[in-house]
Parts: sequence; C-alpha cells; structure tokens
Amino acid sequence: MTTTAKKSQNPLPMKERMKVPRQLMPEQPAEVRAHNFEEVNLGYDPDLAQQEAMRCLECAKPTCTDNCPVGVDVKAFVERIVVGDFLGAAAKVRESNVLPAVTGRVCPQEDQCEGTCLLSKKVKPLGIGYLERFVADYEQRMGTHILPNVTPTGKKVAIVGSGPSGLTVAGDLIQKGHKVRVFEALHEIGGVLVYGIPEFRLPKQIVREQIEYMREMGVEFETDVVVGRTVTIDELLEEEGYDAVYIGTGAGLPQFMNIPGEHFNGVYSANEFLTRINLMKAYKFPVYDEPMLDLTGRDVAVIGGGNTALDAIRSALRLGARKAYVIYRRSDAEMPARAEEVHHARQEGIDFQMLTAPVEFVSDGKGWLTAARCVRMELGEPDASGRRRPVPIQGSEFDLPLSVAVIAIGTSANPIVQSTTPGLGTNKRGYIQASEETQRTTRKGVFAGGDIVTGSATVILAMGAGRRAAKSIHDYLTTGDW
Amino acid sequence: MFKIIHAEFLAPGVKRFVLEAPRIARKQKPGQFVILRIYEEGERIPVTIENSDPERGTISIVVQAAGKTTHLLNSLNTDDQILDVVGPLGKPSEIANFGTVVVVGGGVGTAMAYPTAAALKRAGNCVISIVGARNKELVILEPEMRAVSDALMITTDDGSYADKGFVTDKLRQLIENGTRIDLVVAVGPIVMMRAIAEMTRKENIHTVVSLNPIMIDGTGMCGGCRVLIDGKSEFACVDGPEFDAHRVDFAVLVQRNSMYREAEQRSLAEFHRCKTEERARELAHAVEPVVAREGEQR
Repeated sequence: MTTTAKKSQNPLPMKERMKVPRQLMPEQPAEVRAHNFEEVNLGYDPDLAQQEAMRCLECAKPTCTDNCPVGVDVKAFVERIVVGDFLGAAAKVRESNVLPAVTGRVCPQEDQCEGTCLLSKKVKPLGIGYLERFVADYEQRMGTHILPNVTPTGKKVAIVGSGPSGLTVAGDLIQKGHKVRVFEALHEIGGVLVYGIPEFRLPKQIVREQIEYMREMGVEFETDVVVGRTVTIDELLEEEGYDAVYIGTGAGLPQFMNIPGEHFNGVYSANEFLTRINLMKAYKFPVYDEPMLDLTGRDVAVIGGGNTALDAIRSALRLGARKAYVIYRRSDAEMPARAEEVHHARQEGIDFQMLTAPVEFVSDGKGWLTAARCVRMELGEPDASGRRRPVPIQGSEFDLPLSVAVIAIGTSANPIVQSTTPGLGTNKRGYIQASEETQRTTRKGVFAGGDIVTGSATVILAMGAGRRAAKSIHDYLTTGDW
Repeated sequence: MFKIIHAEFLAPGVKRFVLEAPRIARKQKPGQFVILRIYEEGERIPVTIENSDPERGTISIVVQAAGKTTHLLNSLNTDDQILDVVGPLGKPSEIANFGTVVVVGGGVGTAMAYPTAAALKRAGNCVISIVGARNKELVILEPEMRAVSDALMITTDDGSYADKGFVTDKLRQLIENGTRIDLVVAVGPIVMMRAIAEMTRKENIHTVVSLNPIMIDGTGMCGGCRVLIDGKSEFACVDGPEFDAHRVDFAVLVQRNSMYREAEQRSLAEFHRCKTEERARELAHAVEPVVAREGEQR
C-alpha cells in the first residue's frame, strides 16, 4: 500500500497542469478601493483554490519549501486543498507557520516560495501565497482550529515584542509545553502588523484572530511594558523567574534624510504617519482623539521605494489626497517593495517619480511645508549593495508642491534594550549580535531575532528567525547547554 | 487597566492622581514621564511623574487641563480606571553634586521639577528653587518644594501671592547678586524655558530644560517628538526629555507643537458641548423618567 499512498491525489494529468492559467485573485476595483480602507484582495473561494492547487507539479524535490524562511511544507498542504481537505491543509501550514493568514497576505512570495516554482520556468508560478491565505481564512471562518495537546515542561520564557518574530517564538514554544509571556510596549498586540501595515493590506481583525488563537493555546500577553524601561532583561531572568528571554523588538528608530526643512509641519516619518492611521485610527478623528493633518484635496508624497513607502502613500490616497507621489531615487528595477503592491499602487493612480530625490523641504515661511525641492538622478556604477548608484543630474532641480511629505527611507536600531542590558553584544550599527543559526546573543539565556538583529527586513524573515530561535530556546531549556 | 487610588485638585484645572502601577513605581527616576491613554478611542499623551512609592506600587502624576484628553482625565476620580499607562519613559535627570543648583518650575512644570530638586538635594547640592504661576491659586507643591530646597522663591504674574513678576526676574536677581550658580534646571512653559535659556547663555551657566513635544509611542519608534538640537534632529522620548537649553531650537518646538492646534480646539469644543448636553440631560432627567437608549449602552 505504500506505493499507492504516495500516488498523486491530483486528478489532472501532469501535462495538463501547465495549461491551467494561474487563477486571478479577486480584488476590489482600483477606482473603488482607492477611496476606502477595505482589503484590496478578496480571497479565493474553494473552487478557485482547488483550481489553483491542481496546477502544482508536485516536484520530487520542491524548492518552494527550501525557499520559505519558516519552511512551510507547500506540496503537502496544496495536496490537501486538491482533495478538499481545507482544514487539514491549514493544520499542515500551522505546523511551521503560526501566522498563515498574515504571511499569505504580506510575504514577498515572488522572492521566496513562488520565486523558484518549477511552473515559473514556462508559465506563472503556483499562487502559493493566495492558497496559504485561503486555508488560513477558511479555518478561521470555520472556527475549528485544532488545539495541540502538550505536556507542560515547567519552563518559562519571556518574549520582548509582539511583532511577527515574537509571535512566532511564542506560538512554537507554547506547543512544546513551555510557559510563554509576551511583553509589548504599545497598547495593542501585533507590533508592525498593527501599527505599520494598513487595513487594506492586512485587516486588523485577521491579526486579532491569530492572536486570539495564541491566547487559546495559552500564550500570555502583557501590554504597556517597555522592556529596558518598565522592566529590564536582567530583572526578567533573575527576579521574575524566566528561564530564557527572546528579544524581538523590531525595526526601531525612523531615519531622516538630514536635509534642510525636515522639521517643518507636514513632514512625517512613515512610522509616525502609519501609526497615527493604523494604531491610533486618526483618520476617524474626531470619533478617535488622535489627530492628523487633513489630507483631503492636498498633495502628498512619500520618499522611498519599499513596502512601508507604498503603505503610506496608498493610505494618503485613501484619505483623500489629490496627488499622491512616490519619490524614489533609483529605478523600478531596484524598488524593494513587493511586486503586487507596486502593481496595485499603479492601478490606483499613484504617481511614481522615479530617479528623483528631495534635497530640501520648502515652507511658507511659517513652518508649514509647501514643496519638496528635488533633483533627477541617473544610475551610475553599482554600489556596495550591488545596485547601481543613483547620481544627481546637474541643473535638474525642481519644486514639487506638497502639503505633506512622508519619509520612508528605513530605520536604525532602537537602543533601549541594548543600553539597559549589560553584556549584550551589538554590532557597529547598534543592532543586537545573534548567531544566524541559533539566534543566541552574547548573553546566556538571551536570544534575539528579526529586525533588531538584521535591520529592517520582512515579516517572513522575522518569522524565520523566530522559528530558529524557538528551536534553539527549546534545546537550551531541555539540555541546559549553552 | 490602571486604577486611580486617589485623586485631588492641587489648583483649579490641576489634578494629582495616585495610580496603581507597580512596575513603573519600581523603576521611576526623576525627570521621567509616562504616556497614557484613557479609553479605547483615546489619544496617547505624555504626562509628568511627580513621585512614586515602590513599596505601595503607586505613582503620582499631575495633570493640567488643556485639551480634551486632559479635561477628560481631570474629570476622573478615585476608583476610576485608566486604560493604559506606560513608562517610565525618557532618560532620567542627571543627578550629581554640581554645587549650587537653581531649579525653576513654571506652572504645572513644578510637578516635574520637584522630584529632580529632591534628588539634587539628596545628592548634596545647595538647591535654590523658584516656583512661578499665573496667580495664587495656581501655585502648586509649595510645601513639597520648600522641604527639598535650601531657599524657595515664589512669583505670581499678577502679584496675588508672594512676589509679583516672573521666575526669570528671580533668576536675574540671583545672577546680579553674584550668587554662584553651577546648574539651572528649568521645567515649564516653552516661553519660560526659552527666556531662561537666553539669560543663562549670556552668563555661561549650564542649563537643562525638559521638553514637551507631541508624542505617540514614547519609545523612539515614531519620531514625532523630534526636536532640533544644534540643528540636528533628536527624539525627546529617547534622547531626552531633558536637553542642554543652549542647544535647543525653541522656535521649532513652538512651531511643531502647533501642528494640530485646529484639531485640538475642535476636540475640546466638542468635548465641552457634550459635557453641556450631558449636564442638560441630567437636569431634564431629574424631572422626566429616565429612558435607556440603545445607542448609549457603550
């Protein structure tokens, strides 16, 4: 029977699978969604999901799993979709990914699982992200996720930061029987998933449901705790009885460009702009108390080409901006944003000013922003990052009239934990030193991962670090070896 | 949830709250602050910590009604709850034996100046305190300040109590009398801190001010509280809130603090209107039977 057990459940013959087109993700029409905060993508229904799943070539050595930072067994979960076992598919994903409804929405699949899909050599790759999202949403709608049965180990782990990395560690460790408590500085759980990524790309309800699931598994959460200020790592270890600590405090301080006029009213960091909108719901002022500048009929630009930049400018558009620009100093090819977001942004009418950089902000003389003075760039020789270095074109200066400018050029390390934890090694940029394999820091019993180790990266890379950390924390707790 | 275990007015519009916040109470040092959010739809605002009691697990904060949130906060009483209180935030004041230190508290700023004055006194400094307020009623923490100062001077703008004038007049007198001053610490309205900075710059007296820009998270994440220090952006929540007064660009601080003035005024007007309507309803209900309405359940 072993041979039949391995036999494909897929009714479609191998050569037919290439002929099925990649199933399109149903989405809100661009002209409608540009004016609301509802999710852009609407999700597959079971028929679409099964159609798409049947395209899988069921490779003997699937590269999709190798390219997934958390190692989701793609082939196995897709196979379960083919036979209609959607809950089984969800359970399969959950074995390695505690936030499937999130990653199915925000992963840059083109750089990971889908990037090396065999189908993509001839046709479009399998819609792995869409399928992952489908099974996670299906499970959520059914409300029947299976709680794992675990034996308590009596060990306690503190997790600092409730973003994707910390949640992954929490989810993995609770399933190993350890007691887990997550400390969050803000008043809501989820880190960048709640303050950074907007509703139209990741509905907060989805995040809340995933967190609720973790609570059901026994993870404890404590908000309003800034570790390093409210309590230190040493106090957690020595006085509160934690056997290990994981630091996943995230990206940290927003960077500014250090050009004249950055302090004018109307110039925001992307973190502040998005936090006001996503976490504080400033767009619902005065029902919510946190204010923000009224963008109705105003011209707004974001500076930068990453996901955060696109999240900010597409939010501005939804808040009624008349013109919404992306100012990016390199060209399309170098833009780090997720392909689908760039595509969606263009559909919505975002104006991309490529090979352009601001050199100064201009005000009305009373401290309010009126324009960004920009220069056009051309690409020169490759720089340290391997990308061609943008060089200003002489005499190309021009003023772009603006009421609001949002700076989304990255972040630097937040020093609060490092500066209050003696013996915790950092690199020269101030990020925490951690082994790439085990996520161990220079302090016994202290692990770290995600953006506070690597600098700004993606949700899934932070989750990958969380997975590795959970495994190595479990090893440490069970063997005592450091 | 953070329980209010005691609430009392120190002056009209200025209220002290003792909150149950054991973690913060254990860690609080002079110069630090908390950020709080009263209810689900509320904004996050930074508030001065006046004092803490690590044994009882309490902190006391002092709030002056200015906008909607502070008005709402000041309507809370003993046994009410505050949804979120996070801290202690910011770098603590630098405490050492400097010699003679002048501590200036303007208005509600006195509440933040007080723990710093007390710590400076404990560190062996000669502490000369100057407390200023608009009028007699608004002079706060006089006995507390007196207890931690070698000398205490009080001014009121209108002369209704102690000496008529401004805190800067007293500081000028000290300087003119040839008092040796090793450090000035000033906490209060921006105009006051700026005036003091101007005065001590000429005299080359090291001066520290505690800045109060608009903030959201208070952990360095949003960058909204950036202030211009020697022409460079620094974050008041993690690099401050105390800065060398002679390096601060006060004009930019004033300008940035005015960013949401319109929205703030609208919020406050709305709040007062609701309060008035609520009061009117209460009065109406006193004579009419109370009918619970569905929409008012939450």
